[in-house]
Amino acid sequence: MTVLAPVHPAPTGGGRTVLLGTVSSDAHTWNLVYLQLLLEEAGHRVINLGACVPEELFAAECRRNNPDLVVVSSVNGHGGTDGKRLAAVLRADPALADVPIVIGGKLGVDGSLTGAQVAELFAAGYTAVFDDGADRDRFLEYLGRLELVAADRSG
Amino acid sequence: MSERSGGVSLPRGPFAAAVAAAQARGELVVQPRMGFGDPATMRAGLDAVARARAVTVATVTLDSYTRVGDHAAVRRALADGSPLNGYPIVAHPPEVTRWVLAAAGRHDVPVQVRHGSARPEQIFAALLRTGVDATEGGPVSYCLPYSRVPLRDAVDSWARCCAGYTRLRDLGVEPHLESFGGCLLGQLCPPSLLLAVTVLEGMFFRQHGLRSVSLSYAQQTSPEQDEEALAALRRLIDEWLPDLDSHVVLYTYMGVYPRTTEGALRLLGTAARLAVRGAAARLIVKTPAEAHRIPTIEENVAALEHAARVAAAERPAPAEAPDTGIYAEARTLIEAVLELSEDVGVALRRAFQRGYLDIPYCLHPDNAGQARGYITDRGRLAWSRAGRMPVTVDRSAGGRPVEMTSDGLLAALSYVASRYDTAAPEVGTRPVVELPATEFAHRPAQGSPVP
Repeated sequence: MTVLAPVHPAPTGGGRTVLLGTVSSDAHTWNLVYLQLLLEEAGHRVINLGACVPEELFAAECRRNNPDLVVVSSVNGHGGTDGKRLAAVLRADPALADVPIVIGGKLGVDGSLTGAQVAELFAAGYTAVFDDGADRDRFLEYLGRLELVAADRSG
Repeated sequence: MSERSGGVSLPRGPFAAAVAAAQARGELVVQPRMGFGDPATMRAGLDAVARARAVTVATVTLDSYTRVGDHAAVRRALADGSPLNGYPIVAHPPEVTRWVLAAAGRHDVPVQVRHGSARPEQIFAALLRTGVDATEGGPVSYCLPYSRVPLRDAVDSWARCCAGYTRLRDLGVEPHLESFGGCLLGQLCPPSLLLAVTVLEGMFFRQHGLRSVSLSYAQQTSPEQDEEALAALRRLIDEWLPDLDSHVVLYTYMGVYPRTTEGALRLLGTAARLAVRGAAARLIVKTPAEAHRIPTIEENVAALEHAARVAAAERPAPAEAPDTGIYAEARTLIEAVLELSEDVGVALRRAFQRGYLDIPYCLHPDNAGQARGYITDRGRLAWSRAGRMPVTVDRSAGGRPVEMTSDGLLAALSYVASRYDTAAPEVGTRPVVELPATEFAHRPAQGSPVP
């Protein structure tokens, strides 16, 4: 269990490396603590960047850790706006053009996002969007599909 | 605890004076969390809070870009009309902010600015420019739980900001500063650490020139434990901060909020009763919209009035709550920290370095991260791991670390919400204090809080 020492990743256990963080203005971390546990229980190695991650730091950590998946979780209502900015910075790096990047949480000031806002997030470069109300099972199902794709690739 | 030293009056600004006057009358001051990017909406919010049927102080909550110092993002949002989740006090011109604040001022209702910044220099500069005499935060409570700023930098920054804030006295106004230390991450932190941090931040404020402070405590999982904690906090203030003007502020539950209107109102009612029973002078409320989105002005006013009605029907606790050791544990923590340096800021830094203070589940690199809190069978918060803190691990947990799973964490974080969402209505509640839930439920969900 490595939730208490998020900057020191757990030893690899055959799972994927997941880089977990939030947008630069979001100070919430319970969502990150929870997702780290959930991902670790699913057998993945998690690097938890904690609160208020600047875009440049997020990109640098991606390059340094070469993750199989990037998970952005935000609940302060700015996730939609900041998330687009973050994806633009990450996707601008050719090394990060192909890594799956997913975003979820409470992404709009007004609660859920509109269909157009979700489309904007996809256009900005997200591989999947889990807006408010998306449950754990849908996220785990996505992770499972990611595993299959990864297995296909390696095979 | 408003006046000391044989009745010698301590200096108070408008905010502290209003709270002291209400407390002397035996009335609870209620306060919202409320912030809108648009000045006209913010002004309407302050006006509505000032006119609410309750003894209120008003709030300007800042947006999260301003909190982290990303003023370019604020300007972009203002330019393209993207909604902000609070009022950008640094970006708006001082005359605009003064116009906003006047909406409360003309009703003689003081305003506190709430922000959440670990490095708040520009925010404090804006407070000085606009004459706001009350704000909140602290070098620990706005650094470790809510930022990635090194603790050393936050301590230095808050020292400068405290000293700078005392310059309000040049205008004849005594500044008031509230410690957010009684909340920290809002959940799964046993009360002794919350009390120790808020009292230590009060000492830090005093060292850097403040003479009027409030100390905080956030409602947790057990009303009995919370009542004991409030009594312990009052005792600690009397012992460690007797020379300051001070009062206790209670935060309505800061964790995962009930999703039903009935559950949310019951939880708010419990907080209002707790505030009165525990002799807090001020209560920060939450609304039934909390679990879903940022509340509207009307929802905030309804929550203020509901809390005030419940509080008016409650009486202070007749006797001291049973002592399970919260006071002694908080005192031990405070003493362990103060032994590390005569400078409170240095002592706080060393304490976190050595793990004498260790916030459970806090991801900040300067937090030792070895301590864990959990909810006991009786619904109280206790330590399952103490790390290097001088606190007692509850033996009912066998003294062994309780491995937290994602399901276990979710259950613990949702413990209060689930109980209040499913509980039957309380027996014996005076009907007069219960607001019809329809007053909340039938409000149309507004679009964006920022038109």
